[in-house]
This record gives sequence, structure tokens and C-alpha cells, in this order.
Amino acid sequence: MAIEQHIPTTFLFGRLTWEAFPIHEPILVATFAGVVLGGLALLGAITYFRLWGFLWKEWFTSVDHKKIGIMYIVLGIVMLLRGFADAVMMRLQQALAFNGSEGYLPAHHYDQVFTAHGVIMIFFVAMPLVTGFMNFVMPLQIGARDVAFPFLNNFSFWMTVGGAVITMVSLFVGEYAQTGWLAYPPLSGIANSPYVGVDYYIWGLQVAGVGTTLSGINLIVTIIKMRCPGMTMMRMPIFTWTALCSNILIVAAFPVFTALLVLLALDRYVGTNFFTADNGGNPMMYVNLVWIWGHPEVYILILPAFGIFSEVTSTFSGKRLFGYSSMVYATVCITVLSYIVWLHHFFTMGSGASVNSFFGITTMIISIPTGAKLFNWLFTMFRGRIRYEPPMMWTVAFMLTFTIGGMTGVLLAVPPADFVLHNSLFLIAHFHNVIIGGVVFGLFAGIQFWFPKAFGFKLEPFWGKVSFWCWLTGYWLAFTPLYVLGLMGVTRRMRVFDDPSLQIWFLIAAIGAGVIACGIAAFLIQIGVSILRRDQLRDTTGDPWDGRTLEWATSSPPPAYNFAFTPVVREIDAWWDMKSAGYVRPTSGFIPIHMPKNTPAGMILAGLAVVCGLALVWYIWWLAALSFLGLIGYAIWHTFNYNRDYHIPATQVTATEDARGQLLAGRA
Amino acid sequence: MTTTAATPVFYLTEEEHHEPGGFTNLGFWIYLMSDCLIFAVLFATYGVLGASLAGGPGPRDLFDLSLVALNTTMLLLSSITYGFAMLAMHRMDQKETIKWLAITGLFGAAFIAIELYEFRHLIHEGAGPWRSGFLSAFFALVGTHGLHVSFGILWLIVSIVQVRAKGLIPANQRRLTCLSLFWHFLDVVWIGVFTFVYLMGVLR
Repeated sequence: MAIEQHIPTTFLFGRLTWEAFPIHEPILVATFAGVVLGGLALLGAITYFRLWGFLWKEWFTSVDHKKIGIMYIVLGIVMLLRGFADAVMMRLQQALAFNGSEGYLPAHHYDQVFTAHGVIMIFFVAMPLVTGFMNFVMPLQIGARDVAFPFLNNFSFWMTVGGAVITMVSLFVGEYAQTGWLAYPPLSGIANSPYVGVDYYIWGLQVAGVGTTLSGINLIVTIIKMRCPGMTMMRMPIFTWTALCSNILIVAAFPVFTALLVLLALDRYVGTNFFTADNGGNPMMYVNLVWIWGHPEVYILILPAFGIFSEVTSTFSGKRLFGYSSMVYATVCITVLSYIVWLHHFFTMGSGASVNSFFGITTMIISIPTGAKLFNWLFTMFRGRIRYEPPMMWTVAFMLTFTIGGMTGVLLAVPPADFVLHNSLFLIAHFHNVIIGGVVFGLFAGIQFWFPKAFGFKLEPFWGKVSFWCWLTGYWLAFTPLYVLGLMGVTRRMRVFDDPSLQIWFLIAAIGAGVIACGIAAFLIQIGVSILRRDQLRDTTGDPWDGRTLEWATSSPPPAYNFAFTPVVREIDAWWDMKSAGYVRPTSGFIPIHMPKNTPAGMILAGLAVVCGLALVWYIWWLAALSFLGLIGYAIWHTFNYNRDYHIPATQVTATEDARGQLLAGRA
Repeated sequence: MTTTAATPVFYLTEEEHHEPGGFTNLGFWIYLMSDCLIFAVLFATYGVLGASLAGGPGPRDLFDLSLVALNTTMLLLSSITYGFAMLAMHRMDQKETIKWLAITGLFGAAFIAIELYEFRHLIHEGAGPWRSGFLSAFFALVGTHGLHVSFGILWLIVSIVQVRAKGLIPANQRRLTCLSLFWHFLDVVWIGVFTFVYLMGVLR
């Protein structure tokens, strides 16, 4: 569906017209019907089981970092299904579009699919999952009661949801960007993308970006200020270290993206000339700025995954992590280096040999601290008593897969080689190799590892192993052909192909995607089966894996206040030290605990931001102004509420701790 | 498994005393640094596009340094008066605090008024943000700073209302300290704008 250049705008609805609803596109109509039916079923179920009050009071308005963390992870898993559906559509299109066939997706639709796939997978799958883990695990690991700014945390979460909502609305109202996930101008300029797609992109990411930046600030302050007594920086668990570095990167990178999107929006809305090809604009400046954000972004995702692997490796090897301090320094090195490699994404821009050499070399240098980490994990396993439970399986698979992905990355870091491979499917294979093999495997390891902490029962291992093997084989089936195709010179984002000899590789890749689909299905089955069998899988100890860090010191799931008494740390692996030094759980003398109150303000503010974003997308200026004023007004009103905390009475703490004592004694 | 001397301490039996909102200063600092990066991007953009006149007017044709000097004076004075407000706050002198906050707001408003006059004048002369890459970058950088100052003025007004309603309670002191950081930060950014955009622009 080509969109006509001049859409009439009305005062009341801006440029929103009936044509914006894609009722003549069968794929979208069927999807819409599915979403509506599924949504109604879900809403109906919630109503039938009278869960609205529970969800509102216990979850949506909660400022508890654990609940916010879990909500982030749920958001990430839901959006994974959408992003993966896009992936399957692409694999199917590319497998079919040979021998004169146009495939089944028109160009306008296909271009939106690959853009949405990239945006959703990075911003609304990987980011929420990573932020979710940092939220849930990190405060427990440092022995804190909550994060530094609990309300801000709730607000950040709902802004991330708001960004996802804006992005999802584009599926059924209007269109999404057809520019690729980074929306390079001049293609993303108003002249070449006149309709709403890029505007959905801008406002969706702008709303989510605010949440991400604020959450980054929040978690940095938490780690710096709220560690329990004795937990010096060099005694922090590695996951907390990686969370710190990742959040520093968030705060140091996301503002660049925010400013960049504002400039792109000004070009599109006001007619400025930042990235236009004429009137003194400079499109390559966009490419530079977007990667100054974009390269740290990939380390924002991978560092916490490294943290998860570190915790899993030492726990399931029954050993202290090998080379703790070298692991910390390696993480910090990567954090710094990630900021000076951005140009390797566009060696072909023609910056000249010296500039390209500099960025090629800094890129290769990153492999050194990364390699140090790999050896640390291997030496941790060496002579350990390794238990191959699902989290450890993901970790070992990561070590193999990620190493190969890292090596193809070093290959791409060589500028002359990059001139051959730039924008080819080799690049696609490379970054999926490190993002799936690194980030996704890490997140699955984390889900398997911390699920019992979050819900009080373990995940059922059989379906977990099915899911694991499907993902691993599916990954290699889907992306090895892309390496081959890329070496043969096939570029990315192609919709149809002329050369029939290439088809077999795309068919294999499509089969791989199907196997990954089985992996995702098995994962969902695993969660369902585990819920059904939760009584057999119950974790009464709070420490189901014989863990080493403080999150395993408290009950599963932890009480709202995390620890009845703030722990005191003497060593790296604080909980292991406590266990081996004869720690006895306190059973009396509990005191009232000071906690923040729940509030709906985060949800309301984010809701207003969504309305404002959608109004801007559709040029409904009165609504944009109104919702923006509402946003400011409500935020000001919220600052007049000085009464934001309460005490959990000592009797309630005693009751909670007594119940845990009974559980531990097996009398529950 | 055996402990040699005394049993080691594994937990605190008394609640650690955290000053409520005691982390706000650090958090706000980090926020300011992230805001600083937004300005860094805008400065870099101006650095890249500053010479892209596209046949249009350049800095030398457009900038009126005497007006900018006046403007800068307003903002610098507002920083001093905010300092007086903070001194009064530490003396717990509510009336003086409010008085100096109000004066600060007036200087800020004068700054914004002059800036708006300058923008209107430029647009009137056909040198609006859509004219060239240079003017786009100019309006984005100076305009973003102006938006920040406007937001600061709104915050000042809210603060005055809150101090009047609740007095100089710790929560309000904390908020005034954050606003102080914000206000001085904008002053520092303006020094950069003044030097980099106006002075160096006219020199070029």
C-alpha cells in the first residue's frame, strides 16, 4: 500500500483517517482479529477471576523492585513473541521469493517487518529483560531493601511499556517505519518517508528512552549508595558489577539518542536541516551520532548477560569465580572501550585510512578483555563439580556460540574485510551470533537460574532442556547459512532474489527459525508445566542451587523488605561465606521496617506520555498540547504529595519470618 | 566451620539510618550529567553544521553582541541571586529565601524574553531554523537551553508555592538544592553557548 503524499488533515483528528486502518491487508486483519480475541480472553479471565484489584494494588502501582523487575521480564517475553513473529515472516518471505515469485509480502509491508523486528528485539525485548534482571537481582545481591528511587523505578517501567504500546499501535493504525531499525536519513526524512511510520518510531523510542535513562540513573545510585555494610566495591557480586557498568553506559549513551531523535523530529516536523541532503544538512552526522549511542547499547545488553554467566558458572561449578578482580577490570575496560569503537559500523563512509585504522584497532582490542572473561569462566569450571542444570547448559552453549560470534566480529573489525562484508548477511549472522548466543542465552540462563527466587518454585527441567536444544540447534541452522550467503555477497534487507542457487540456504535458515519457534514454545510449555507442578517443584529453602550471593540468603520469593535485618558482608560470595562460617538465621528481635508506598502516578504519567506521543504521530495538535500540559500538571501535583512512605510493623515482620522458619523446618 | 574468637556478625540488629531522600543529590548530579550529554550532542551538531550556511546569512550578519551581553548578564545575575536564596535557606530564613527565589525567577524571565525577542527578530529577517544547517543547529542549541531555563522558572514557581505551604522542611531544602544545581548548570552551559556560538561566531 503506497501512501499518497498529501493526506488531508483535520483539526479534530489530524491526519488520522479511515485509510489509516489496514482493512484491506489480510495478514494484518487476521493478526488484529487474533490479538482482539486473545486480548478479550485475557481481560475476560482477569475479570472473571476478579484479579483487577489484585493486579492494580500488588503489581501495577507497586514500587517494589522485585515486582517491577518481574513486570519488565514479562513485557520482554510478550514482546519477544511479536519480534519473533516478524523474524519468521522475513525468513518465510526470503525462502519463497525465488524464481520470479514475489513471495507473500509486498515491499511496503516487508520493509516495516524488518524495521519493527530490529526495534522491538533491541528496545522492547532485550532491554526490558536486561533491566528486569538488574531490577530484580541487583538490590538483593547488595543487601538493600529497594532501589534508591522506588517511585522513579515504577515510572521508568511504565514509560518502557508506553514506548512498546506506541510501537504496537502502529501495527493496526497507519504503518511503521520502513527504514531499518536505526532510521538513517535521508530515507527517514519527511521527503522520503512522508507518512506516520518514522513518527511512530521516533515517539515510541523517545517515550521508552526516558524510562531507560531514568532507570539507569536510579540503579547507579542504588549500587553506589545502598550496599550493605562490608560490601566494598571489590566484594560486589559480578552481576552487580556488570549492572553498574551497564547502567553507566545507559546514562552515557541514551541522552545522545534522545537528542538525536529530537533533531530528526525537528527535521520532520519543523523543516530544519540537520540531516537533509540539501540546505547544509549532513546525513552522515546522524549515522555517527546514532552509533555513538548504538555501540554502547550492545554492551549495555551483553554486560549483564556476562554477569549472569559469571554467577551461574561459579554456582554450578561449586567454586568461587576464577579471577574475580580480572573479571571486574575486564568489565570496566569493555565499558570504556565500547565508547570509542562506534565508527566500525560505517567504515565505508570513507573517513580515510587513519580514522578507520583507529576504530578497527580499538574494536579488536575489545576482544582482549572479552577473552579474559572467557578464560575466567573456563578456569572456574576447571576441576569444579559441575552440575549440568539448565542454567549451566545455557552458559556452556554461550561460551561456544559467543566465541565464534566474537571471532567473526574481529574479522569485521578489519576495515578492508569490512568493505567486502558491509551490510551483507555475514554482518546479520555476526550480530545475531553475539546477541542470541550472548544476550538471549544469558537471559534464558538467568530465567532458569532466578525463577525459583522470584516465585518460590523451580522451573521444570525437561521442557527447559527441550527449549535449550531447540534454541541451540535452531540458532545454528538459521544463521550459519547467513554467514555463507554473506560471504557470497548477498546483502541484507532483500525482499526478492534473482539467483535460484541461493534458495537452498534460505530454506535451511527458515527451517532453523522453525526450530527456534519450537524452542520458544517449549519455554512457554515449561512455564505452564512448572506452574501446574509447583508443589513438587517448591523451593522451601530460599537457596535451591546452593548459591553464593546474598539473594539466596532470603526466602523464595523474598518478602517485601528483602532482609529482616540488613546483612553484613565479609567476603566476595557473601552468602557462601555466611553458610560456611556457621550463620544462624535470626528468629526474634524484629524491628519495624521503613518502606515506600505504592502509587499510581507512574502509570498515569506514562499513559499521558503515550497519548501525547500518538497525538504527535497523527498531527492532532490540540491533543498533543493537552496531554503534554496534563503530563506537566500531574507531575507538579505529584510533587505536592510529601507523604510517601510507611513502616512495616515489627509484628508483621515477625509473622513473615516465623512462617519462613516453619517452611525451613518442613512444617508448612 | 569453627569460629576462633567471637561469632562473626552477619547482620545489623538495628535499622541502618538512611536520611530520607539522602540519595537525591547524587541522583540529580547524574541526571545533570546525562543532560550535559544532550547539550554535548547539540554543541557537536553546531560544530559540524556551524559553517553550513547554504548561501544564507552567517553568524557575523546575525548576532547582536550587545543584546547577547545583556542577556548573559541577566542569567549570570540570576545565578548570584539564587546563591543568595540558598544562603537564606541555610539560615532558615523563609521570607528571604522566597524573595531571592522570586528575583531569580524574574532575571530568568528577562533572559527568556530577550531570547524570544532575538528569535523573533531572526525569523523576521528570514533567518529561521529552516534556512540552513547553521541556523538549525543554532536554534536547536540555544532553544534547548532556553527551554531548560523556562522549565527552571516553572520549577522556581512551584518551589516558592511549596516553601510557602510547608516551610523550609528537609524535603523542600532538598528540592531547592537540586534546583540550585540545575540553575547553575544552565549558567555553565550558557557560558559555553556564549563563547562557542556568539563570540567565536562573530570572530569567524
